[in-house]
Formats: sequence, C-alpha cells, structure tokens
Amino acid sequence: MNAISGSGLKKADAAAAASEDGPLYESRKQIYPQSVSGTFRNIKWVLLGVGMLVYYFLPFVRWDRGPDQPSQAVLVDLSNGRFYFFGIEIWPQEVYYFTGLLILASFTLFLMNAVAGRIWCGYLCPQTVWTDLYLLIERWTQGDRRERMLKAKQPWSLETVTEAILKHSLWLMIAWWTGGAWVLYFADAPTLVKQLVTFQAPAQAYIWILILTSTTYLLAGFAREQVCLYMCPWPRIQAALTDEYALNVSYRVDRGEPRASVKKAKLLREEGKPAGDCVDCGQCTAVCPTGVDIREGLSMGCIQCGLCIDACDNVMRKIGRPIGLIGYDTDDNIARRAEGLPALKPKLARPRTIVYVALIVAVASAMAFSLATRRSLGCDVMHDRNPIFVTLSDGSIRNVYTVRVLNPKGYERQFKLSLDGLPQGKLAVMGEAPGDAGGVPVVAPPDQTLELRVTVTTPPDAQLPQSTPIQMVLTDVKTGETVKKADYFKAP
Amino acid sequence: MVDHTHQDIDAATGTATTGHEWDGIKELNTPLPKWWLYVLYATMVWSVGYWILYPAIPLPGGQTPGILGWSSRGAVTAELQDLQAQRASMVTQLNNSTLQQIASDPKMAEFARAFGHSAFGVNCAPCHGSNGQGSKGYPNLTADRWLWGGTLDQISATITHGARYGDPDGHQGDMPAWGTAGLDKQQIENVANYVYSLSHKTTADVSAGQKVFADNCAACHGENAKGNPDVGAPNLTTRIWLYGGDKADLIQTITYGRGGHMPAWGSKLDPATIKALTVYVHSLGGGQ
Repeated sequence: MNAISGSGLKKADAAAAASEDGPLYESRKQIYPQSVSGTFRNIKWVLLGVGMLVYYFLPFVRWDRGPDQPSQAVLVDLSNGRFYFFGIEIWPQEVYYFTGLLILASFTLFLMNAVAGRIWCGYLCPQTVWTDLYLLIERWTQGDRRERMLKAKQPWSLETVTEAILKHSLWLMIAWWTGGAWVLYFADAPTLVKQLVTFQAPAQAYIWILILTSTTYLLAGFAREQVCLYMCPWPRIQAALTDEYALNVSYRVDRGEPRASVKKAKLLREEGKPAGDCVDCGQCTAVCPTGVDIREGLSMGCIQCGLCIDACDNVMRKIGRPIGLIGYDTDDNIARRAEGLPALKPKLARPRTIVYVALIVAVASAMAFSLATRRSLGCDVMHDRNPIFVTLSDGSIRNVYTVRVLNPKGYERQFKLSLDGLPQGKLAVMGEAPGDAGGVPVVAPPDQTLELRVTVTTPPDAQLPQSTPIQMVLTDVKTGETVKKADYFKAP
Repeated sequence: MVDHTHQDIDAATGTATTGHEWDGIKELNTPLPKWWLYVLYATMVWSVGYWILYPAIPLPGGQTPGILGWSSRGAVTAELQDLQAQRASMVTQLNNSTLQQIASDPKMAEFARAFGHSAFGVNCAPCHGSNGQGSKGYPNLTADRWLWGGTLDQISATITHGARYGDPDGHQGDMPAWGTAGLDKQQIENVANYVYSLSHKTTADVSAGQKVFADNCAACHGENAKGNPDVGAPNLTTRIWLYGGDKADLIQTITYGRGGHMPAWGSKLDPATIKALTVYVHSLGGGQ
C-alpha cells in the first residue's frame, strides 16, 4: 500500500523531488470531482437524505413522559444531568451505557471493515456526507468539473463572482443549520427554535452554532479530503485491521491492462495481440472526491465510495465491454487473478467476522439485558471514613453512613430503609422519625436522589469483631421491590 | 543531516528519504501539507496575544502584568465573590432566622450543613478532625456527651465565645492540678481508682477514693460524678474520655490538671457562618 504520496502526488512530482532536495511541505492539489450517476451514487444519495432527515428532524420528535418531564424523544439535559432516548432515561452514574455504545460502535466499524473495507468512510462518515452535499451545491452554482477547472484559471468576472457568492452563501446556510440542529439536542427543540429566532436563546446556543458553522464550512467546503488524509486516524487504523478477504474497491489489473484507446484496442485484438479493457479515459480519477487513481492499487487516500465503479461502468457500457472493470474485490482474488486462477466468491463467514459479530451480539445483549432489568430504585451506601466508629457515653458503638436513595420515577415514593446482618444493631435516619420492625420510612421526591445520614448503633456489650458485614435494605412500600447494598459495621 | 549531493530514493515506494537512518531504517520524506505549516504559524501568532494579555515575561522587580491584569490570586478572589453571590440569598435567610428555625427547615438545614461543613474544614478541623471526630485533648463532636452542653444555643455560645480564651463571656474554669493543690500521691491514686470504678466494673474497695472525691471533686463534678456543663466539668461515669480513661491517664489528669483552649470565633467569623457551623456540629450525631 502506498503512503500519501501515492494518492496525492503524481509520479512526476516524486521524480522532481528525487532530482534535488525533497520539499518538506507541499501545496494542496485542488480536486474538482466530476458528477457521476449510477448504483453507488444512488446509494450515497439515499444515505445522505436519510442521514440528514434523521439529524435535522430527530430533535422535533416528541415522546410523552408524563407531566413535568421533558417531552423530547432525544434530549441531553446537561443542567439536570439526564439523557433521554425515547423510553430510556440515563442518569450520570449510568454513563457506562455510553461506554457500551462506543464499544458497539467500534466493533461495528471493525466488522464493516472486515466485510467491505471503508464503508464508513465512503458512505456514512459526516465528513463524506457533508462534503457530498457541498459538492452538489458547488456543481449547481459553478458547473461541473470542466467548468470549475476553467473558471479557476480565468480572471474574476461578474458572473463568476456572483456564482461564488451564491455558493458560499448556500454553504454558510447549510453550515448554520448544521450547528443549529446540533444545539436542539440539548434543549427543548421547539422552544429553542423560537428563542433562537427572537434572539432570546442562551449565549451558549449561539456560540455552539457559531463553532459548528465554522467547522462545517471549513471542513466540508475547504478541507474535504485533507481531513481524511491528514486529520483522521481511522485510515491508519483501518490499514492495520484489514485482511486479504475484505472487499475493497479495486481495479481489475488482469482485465484492464495493457491500456489502449478503443480504436487501438480493436486493432490489437484483430491482430491477436493482448489489449486491456481500460481505455485510459481518466473518468475514474475525474469523479474521485479524494483525487486517487484507483488503478494504482489500494491507497490511504481512497475512501472507497464506489463512485469510480459507477464512472467506469458507464464507460464500459458505452464502448460495449463488460462492466466491473472496477468493482468490489478482495486482495486474495486480485492475487489469484494475477496468477491466472479463477476468482473465489468472497467469504463473509470467516473467524474474524464471526468473532466481531459475536462480540457485538454479546455487548448488545448485555446492555439490553441490563436496561430491561434496570431497577426502578437505587441505593448507594458510603461509610463515614472519619471517624469510622463513635463510642457513646454508655459504651454503645455507632457507625455513620451516607445513604443515597435514587428515585428515577416521575412521582414521589415511600421507601423503608432497614438493616440486615446485624441483629443487635439499630438503624436510624438523622432527622427522620424512628422506624418500626419494617424499617425507617423515608419519602423520596420524584426523579431525584435523596441523601440521608444514617446511623447504626449497637449496645455496649455487643462484643463485635472489628468489622461485621451488613446490608442496607431499601424497600418500596407500595410495590415491595427491594434493593440491598453491602457495607460494614466497624467496632473498636 | 540531509545529503545534498546524493538524494536517496527508497526502492519500494519511489519516495525520497530524508537521509536519516537508524539501524538500517530510513525515514521517507513524505511532505506535510502546506496548510499544516500555516496552522503552526497561526498558533505562533496566537501565542503573541497571550504575551500581551497575560503575565508573561519575567523581569527584575516582577513580571510583565499583561493588559488584562490577570493573576491567579485575582481569579480566586473573583471565584470567591461568585460563590458569595450564589450563597447570598441563603445567607440572608440564615441571618434572619433563629437556630431552631434553620434546623427545622429542610432547605435551610441542608444549606447550613453544607456551608457549615466547608467552614468547619477551614476553621475547626485542625483540632477537632475533618469530621469532628476529635482526638486526645480535642473533644469528639460526634459523640453524645458535651463538656459545655449540646443544644443548638449551647453549641453556638461555645463557638462564639470559646473556652478559657480571654473572652469574658467564654467558658471559664480549670481542672486544678491537685498534685500541688492539697492531695498527696496516695490520695490521688485512691481517687483515680474510684473514678475508674465509675465506668468500669470492679470489686476493689474504692471507699478511700470516694471520700477524697466527695471532699475535693464533687464541688464541680457533682456528688454522683455526672459533671456540670456550666463549669465544663465532664461526666466521669461514661466511656468518653477527653484525656484518656485508663488509670495512668487519670492520675496524670488529677495531678497536673487540665484546661484546653477553644478560640472565641465570634470575633473572626460572621454570624451566618457561626449559625451554619452550629447546625452542622449539632447534626454530627450528638446534638441535643
């Protein structure tokens, strides 16, 4: 696999560099991707449309959680430390669900890579999607590849200035909406939209919109493939994770070489000499959004978006040769074809893919199980560190604990807190009336954590060891649901 | 160094090397994009702004102050002012309420405990321990016995005026050094034995000590040795001992006397802080 020089730099540059001191920095070669139509282009349009729809409209989806609860389906409520996702509500101490999501995301990325290389880069990555959208606008306003290349060389005219202004205005508008949609995930969307329009939204909202407007405008409008080549770590990691059985967009060297024009190829074939299908029309390179020549083999610059497949297939259809000169193929098959062996069907079920799928299933089901069996009450116990016990005047021993009672429900609930594992011990909650045999009654306010100072006292002659394991038992008076939390009772 | 006359080309990639070689491994010269370099320059330009805005260049007599006039001390002061502003409304409520009102109102009590806890950490923890657990000579505030009384008002009075600290309203009264004030060694040992028997089961005859106690100690500690919070005389029948409860400790205490100091915080802390401290200390486990 070539380094970056293989993708961006032409051979001539390398030769020039070789003749004297190599340059330490190189200017960027402007890329003017040509429009193309075909299967993969259509897939990309659909994914772009669906992705944008989800991104822009998800904040407006409503979800009824009852009175005094936010009615937004997906909401990150930073000030109250809550994350809502449809029927799921996540509290800050449950951030491990996000860890699970991240693990799932990376295994899915690895699986995609094992099956068909950089699917993520080519079809789903926001950098690709937004660049695609920006290119669409560039074509609408300034014309296709040829026109844009021509205009880049010409001096500015009224027409080209108007086009450029139109293009940048549209770009900035999309960028603004990108940032605008982002902030809607952090507050009630309809309210925030009203506030934004009437300039009454909090300053942070405007600041974040500005930040995301500038990143979108810069990354999708200007940086484009530079993000993939120089900023993104995934191409490097991907190159280390791929294997010879993964499908990648590749050029069929065995079919394409030697290259010849349509006429010349016809002559050669009539003479019985070898002639490849590649007519060297350069369409595959012209449509490439990262400026790669796919015929030079796999390279880090190639995001495997499949647009060169569409371009080449269109040409092959026109000249009456079979399509698929460029297509998804495995390294294994490329090697087999070079040796004249027949290509094999790509193997989807390989140890690598099976392990990834198993890991994804395992993590996803563990998360689903823990979400489904999540308790509707929680209890955390912290033993006071200092003093670990107090000797009272009559020789009784007292331990003090901080107990946090979690009530994730949207209504007030009655709990009882009791002690298990220390028959001599008497549990009391500071500031609460003493309890009965069932425990000390406490009232937990809705959707909150109640912090209690709890004492456990043993009589003077209990003769306890230095440390006795105990359990605090929290019971919902109405439903009988209980949760137990282990701790220790310390004595001299 | 780069060899200027013989450019080395890596055979596998066709890329020039920088001429650097380590154990046969050569570094390819893969040029960085120019914009990368410009970003570096931009960060350099950006850093100049810091020199102008913030303290930067050390000079004799102090560094350049920077036009923002920023200092870490000033930042802390500003943060403290923010904190005070945040607390202001609750502090006003504390000022306008009695201790009993504060302790019985859940919201005010919660604030007072939190505020009191932080004030305790700054002012009281050096002697009384981080959570009021105390140590030898420094009373434990989490237990259920008080030298000077454990009601909200008594705790508040002790914090405000201190003990044996020169404040006329503070607690006075020492434990005399009986070794120089009329008791001989035998008498001291007898009375120590008697005091020890008050909190420990014993079959020994302590009547000699009991007589010494009745003649000398009962004036402050009471005939039944239950103490007197008005003069700070501790209850001697419990398991709580400020200066240690075994016989050697008792003899030491009786012979040389005791009299710890508690500063009068009324002149150092504002009334709201003292109220918060009172509620906090009262909530530690021993409040009466």
